Amino acid sequence: MSANSPIDRTGTPLVEMRNISISFGGIQAVDDVTVDLYPGEVVGLLGHNGAGKSTLIKILSGAYAADSGEIYVNGEKATITNPRDARDYNIETIYQTLALADNLDAASNLFLGRELTTKFGMVDDAQMEAECRKIMKRLNPNFRKFGEPVSALSGGQRQSVAIARAVYFDAKILIMDEPTAALGPQETQMVAELVQELKRQGLGIFLISHDIADVMELCDRVSVMKNGQLVGTENVADVTDDDILGMIILGKKPGQKAA
Amino acid sequence: MTDTTNAPAAPSNPPPSQAMKKSAWSRFLTATELDTRLIGMVAALILIWGGFHLYGVMVNGQGFFLTPRNLWNLSVQTASIGIMATGMVLVIITRHIDLSVGSILGFTAILMGMMQVNILPQYLGLGHPAIWVITVIFGIICGMLIGGFQGALIAYGGIPAFIVTLGGLLVWRGCAFLVARGETISPVDSTFTLLGGGPYGSVGFMGSWIVGAIICAGVIFMIVNGRKQRTKFQFAKRPIWADTFLAVLGCAAAIGAVLLVNSYPWPTGIVKQYIAANNLTVEPSELFISHGFAIPVLILMVVAVTMNFVMNNTRFGRYVFAIGGNPEAAALAGIDTKWMTVKIFAIMGGLAGLSAVVASARLNSATNALGTLDELYVIAAAVIGGTSLAGGVGTIFGAILGALVMQSLQSGMVLIGFDAGMQQVVVGSVLVLAVFLDILYRRKSK
Repeated sequence: MSANSPIDRTGTPLVEMRNISISFGGIQAVDDVTVDLYPGEVVGLLGHNGAGKSTLIKILSGAYAADSGEIYVNGEKATITNPRDARDYNIETIYQTLALADNLDAASNLFLGRELTTKFGMVDDAQMEAECRKIMKRLNPNFRKFGEPVSALSGGQRQSVAIARAVYFDAKILIMDEPTAALGPQETQMVAELVQELKRQGLGIFLISHDIADVMELCDRVSVMKNGQLVGTENVADVTDDDILGMIILGKKPGQKAA
Repeated sequence: MTDTTNAPAAPSNPPPSQAMKKSAWSRFLTATELDTRLIGMVAALILIWGGFHLYGVMVNGQGFFLTPRNLWNLSVQTASIGIMATGMVLVIITRHIDLSVGSILGFTAILMGMMQVNILPQYLGLGHPAIWVITVIFGIICGMLIGGFQGALIAYGGIPAFIVTLGGLLVWRGCAFLVARGETISPVDSTFTLLGGGPYGSVGFMGSWIVGAIICAGVIFMIVNGRKQRTKFQFAKRPIWADTFLAVLGCAAAIGAVLLVNSYPWPTGIVKQYIAANNLTVEPSELFISHGFAIPVLILMVVAVTMNFVMNNTRFGRYVFAIGGNPEAAALAGIDTKWMTVKIFAIMGGLAGLSAVVASARLNSATNALGTLDELYVIAAAVIGGTSLAGGVGTIFGAILGALVMQSLQSGMVLIGFDAGMQQVVVGSVLVLAVFLDILYRRKSK
């Protein structure tokens, strides 16, 4: 199956990251990278370990502040210096590590940092659990362990808590960092279906992955990074697996000689 | 209640009686949602108390432990450590440690002593009723500033809490000595001393019944409110019998405590003073004046309820647990973990200041050695009370029970005449044993 229905790229992109650079102690982790994302589009970010994908995406989600470069959301310049800022722009992230507090239950994790409160300003656990039950019914109807810390959950259940967190708060821009790395085939399929559904709703999704098959199936475009630099961005429909592999390993664009 | 139809615990499809018998205890636990660890701690406490009493009866011919007098004293002795242990829970949950609390206690006690003995009387006059209030607020703020400063070094300076507070252990103790030049400051303000307990620093017969009534009302309110919430969101409710059982248990504990503290009379000497002061014409032996709850114990209760509320019902408390469970996830969720660390250490410092109030009021003096080694008892209390040094897990009431266990051992051994060396051996061993049992428990429950 292919998700590569044509994407309208005539309007304003949802997100543009322009000329982003960041270095850690002399190592240029991201070097002058420009990527963009349109509504209803899935852009794959590919590259070796240490190519700078996760770092680039952590700049968008507010975990790191870029040394230079600009971020535009809906054409307007955005200032993102911490995760709260990113959330204010409806940017939600599903981290590879899932970023769950293992000692808290599903509802507390779902609402972490954005707790529902009663009119007296107290955390409203009952309300949060009720909301959590609602969204989990949609995402993972078999989910039962609402009262237990998430450390007691299976990998797939933990993943669905992390996904629920992104979906519940009406993300416009979703970042998924290796969303299927720890999942079995069935759960991977669940994630794939979710991506399709979110696409239909007009979200833009950055998908970080190692798995070229995943990317070919789910993404509209791929941006490949190597050694902190952007090798290129290609329409998935226009390239083959081998072309992408060449970009990842050799850092050369399709039709170009090895750089 | 709208759900009385399913109230009796009679199941619609009764399982075979064999299985029912086997699981009666676990069904009881499920229904009441009581923490097995908490039950274990209460059981340990009862064992310790009973053990010391029996030892006294058998070896010395008379048990002194389970007497109103001893238990009342025990409650007062627990207050200072217990107050600080509630703060240590937060510190340890967030994977830090605070070794400086004993020294902060000593230093703030000296500062408060200077304030109320040397400074305030100059401006307000000796015995002015505002002196104790200003002193207490001053002491707590000093503690918070010291704690907050240490927290800032840990959070923004990136220095491990162990090192910062180990330094603090020496620095603040040294400051206490320097400020007072090693002198003991005494006597402190006469109203201030009431905060340390004693016959006058207790709320008496009627006051204790009022406190008991408030506790009972609070217990019933919480259970009824919990039921209401669960009904509103259609969650599974505890069976009526379990809720009733919890309410009765809570109220019985409160009433039992009131009866206990009210059955400990003022000593004859104090009664004589009282008779003389009020120009009464009764024999001291005819007058039975109850102590009632000591004020430091009430302070501990208020601190415990407040801290428990903060931990379970506010965002702040939720973030403390989140940071302990996964600091990185907490930061990615937009929680300012560094500022949280400053606040947590400031609370710890403030509570050490409050403990200094209780400790110096009880002694009616401030010395620079006050609170020496308290940090170890406070950490031990929190850990025995189920706070995990790996972070993320801990309860306020557990820590107070832990403090009570530590203090029971301590004063029990004094009562039966163990010498100081033996006491240290026992307390140290119990700490290690308690943590070992805790590890076994966690392993099993996984």
